[in-house]
Amino acid sequence: MLSWLHVAMPPAPLFFAQLLVGLINGSFYALLSLGLAIIFGLLNIINFAHGAQYMMGAFCAWFLLNWLGIGYWPALIIAPVTVGIVGIVTERLLLRQIAHLDHLYGLLLTFGLALVIQGLFRQKYGSSGLPYTIPDQLQGASNLGFMFLPIYRGWVIVASLVVCLGTWFAIERTRLGAYLRAATENASLVQAFGINVPRMVTLTYGAGVALAALAGVLAAPIYQVSPLMGSNLIIVVFAVVVIGGMGSILGAIISGFALGLIEGLTKVFYPEASNTVIFAIMALVLLVKPAGLFGRAT
Amino acid sequence: MRRVAVAAFSAAIWLLMGAAQAQTPDTIKIGVLADMSSLYADLGGPGSVTAAQMAVDDFGGTALGKKVEIVSADHQNKPDIGASIARQWFDTDGVQMITDLTTSSVALAVQEVARQKNKVIMITGAASSDLTGKACAPTAIHYAYDTTALANGTGGAVVRAGGKTWFFITADYAFGHSLQNDTSAVVEANGGKVVGSVNVPLNTADFSSYLLQAQASKAQIIGLANAGGDTINSIKQAAEFGIVKGGQKLAGLLLFISDVHSLGLQTAQGLELTSSFYWDLDDQTRAWSKKFFDKTGKEPTMTQAGVYSATTHYLEAIKATNSIDGPTIIKYLQSKPINDFMIRNGHLQPDGSLVHDMYLFEVKSPADSKGPWDLYKLIAKIPGDEAYKLPHGEQCPAAKG
Repeated sequence: MLSWLHVAMPPAPLFFAQLLVGLINGSFYALLSLGLAIIFGLLNIINFAHGAQYMMGAFCAWFLLNWLGIGYWPALIIAPVTVGIVGIVTERLLLRQIAHLDHLYGLLLTFGLALVIQGLFRQKYGSSGLPYTIPDQLQGASNLGFMFLPIYRGWVIVASLVVCLGTWFAIERTRLGAYLRAATENASLVQAFGINVPRMVTLTYGAGVALAALAGVLAAPIYQVSPLMGSNLIIVVFAVVVIGGMGSILGAIISGFALGLIEGLTKVFYPEASNTVIFAIMALVLLVKPAGLFGRAT
Repeated sequence: MRRVAVAAFSAAIWLLMGAAQAQTPDTIKIGVLADMSSLYADLGGPGSVTAAQMAVDDFGGTALGKKVEIVSADHQNKPDIGASIARQWFDTDGVQMITDLTTSSVALAVQEVARQKNKVIMITGAASSDLTGKACAPTAIHYAYDTTALANGTGGAVVRAGGKTWFFITADYAFGHSLQNDTSAVVEANGGKVVGSVNVPLNTADFSSYLLQAQASKAQIIGLANAGGDTINSIKQAAEFGIVKGGQKLAGLLLFISDVHSLGLQTAQGLELTSSFYWDLDDQTRAWSKKFFDKTGKEPTMTQAGVYSATTHYLEAIKATNSIDGPTIIKYLQSKPINDFMIRNGHLQPDGSLVHDMYLFEVKSPADSKGPWDLYKLIAKIPGDEAYKLPHGEQCPAAKG
């Protein structure tokens, strides 16, 4: 049955190395789909500008380094906060105006925003990308026996897991999270209890955007800081969110890591399909369980 | 009401006919069809449009008493989009020649359109040697470089220096396959061996998985049969996985100065590459490149310099033959050597390849570099006949026999 596959089962060390690499990609998918899931699940906005906001996070880190001399570690906080504020301004000025309309308008608006932002950056910075070096403390690789794992990539997995689980905990297990989830179900009732729902909505959008920007800062040392870095990733991340279930936080995190692993395996056995395997899975999931693996049918 | 409608309809037809009359060319249009927005935008892109306009301006702006105009479009690396733009340009927009044509799959598609319409195309961006091989066309010129020259240049130099075993990371489309095939032939002809390869979709951000496979193969040389953003990502990520530290070497089979500038000398130092142009080669190249730099703020790549050179020679050919007919212009360009600031000892062959001198460069170390664009050290000049020596033999039907 495996005879049509290009590569016979690779040796065990290479196999585990590929799984680890898949996990690293999964970390980015998880972080980004978490932001998307929060924004959609809690605010019912399909945020197509997510890829552009991820790119802005990476560029913010680059600006901080090259214009202000601020290094990687402070940038991990400053960049998401800055881009988050930009997100809040966007929500106030633009998204709030169409909040009462069909989902589709939110999609179109954020899609248009993404094109404009990307175009502006591309006009100024070209498409080849700008260099951003790995911080000194995370340079080098550690010998795990079956592969040399660049320390920075190990850090990406750890950081992503911490942030994802922290966010999940905040939404599912704290009071603030409870207010957020209640506001999704019935905004006017929650407002009647004296909770400032519009402000919560705005801050939540900002938080989702900040997550995207954080992923951008994490990505900057690995991939080129390029105006195009978000546009390819965002389509895949949308597929991940759909597979996980559009409103489910846990679904987004688990699918992100799982699909990263699956994509990693595809690269070993049939690399030509690595671009499309996630979409094939999405098509399958939609046929079998349209609400997504962890989604609740509405 | 009906009479008004008929009258309006006839008036519209009459006006359209009038407009159609105006289509007979009183301008000569040259089209720059490039990747303007994606991974290859910096090696051709808007810079090529600038170069083409410079050529027209330096030529005087007119030919055969008509104004020369540059039009441009973004093919987005999609052959169907490129072909339909080319068709529209040739059929309705009065474009006589198309240049740049980065991305081999697009160039091959446009070459078919040019063959049907008998129009000249001068390819300075795409690399695949199939353009002058199986897919050769009588009015197409493969101008600036091709995968044969890259294979003989970089591939030959690396294998002769001792890199005998190769693993290819290949962009999974026409260009990547072409480059891998040509380089493999050169490697094997020089006593080397290809131990494996992996096909990677175009415009991939993450090469870690493929680099791991290359590492596991234990090949001495990892040949990067890709370009632009893909090459930049491969090289950057290879540094992270300690590939060079582990004893393997990278061979960037197609590198442009825009790529090296983006990578930075710290990462790219020591890489060997083959190019037909470098801004700092001699006084002639420096003089022209300064004009380009003043307009764009970047030094030109061989694709962009090629667009200027090709456009200039095309306009000269029109003037000399007093015609815009494709085959006539090709015959004129084949009739004598082509020499300018970029093309040295150029001879246009029957299969469409412009054989000319190529250069083997090495990327400088940061210590040796005296400026942000002082990036290359010249290792050797490769005479045209050696650079374009066909590893698979002549495959163009028109040129055989």
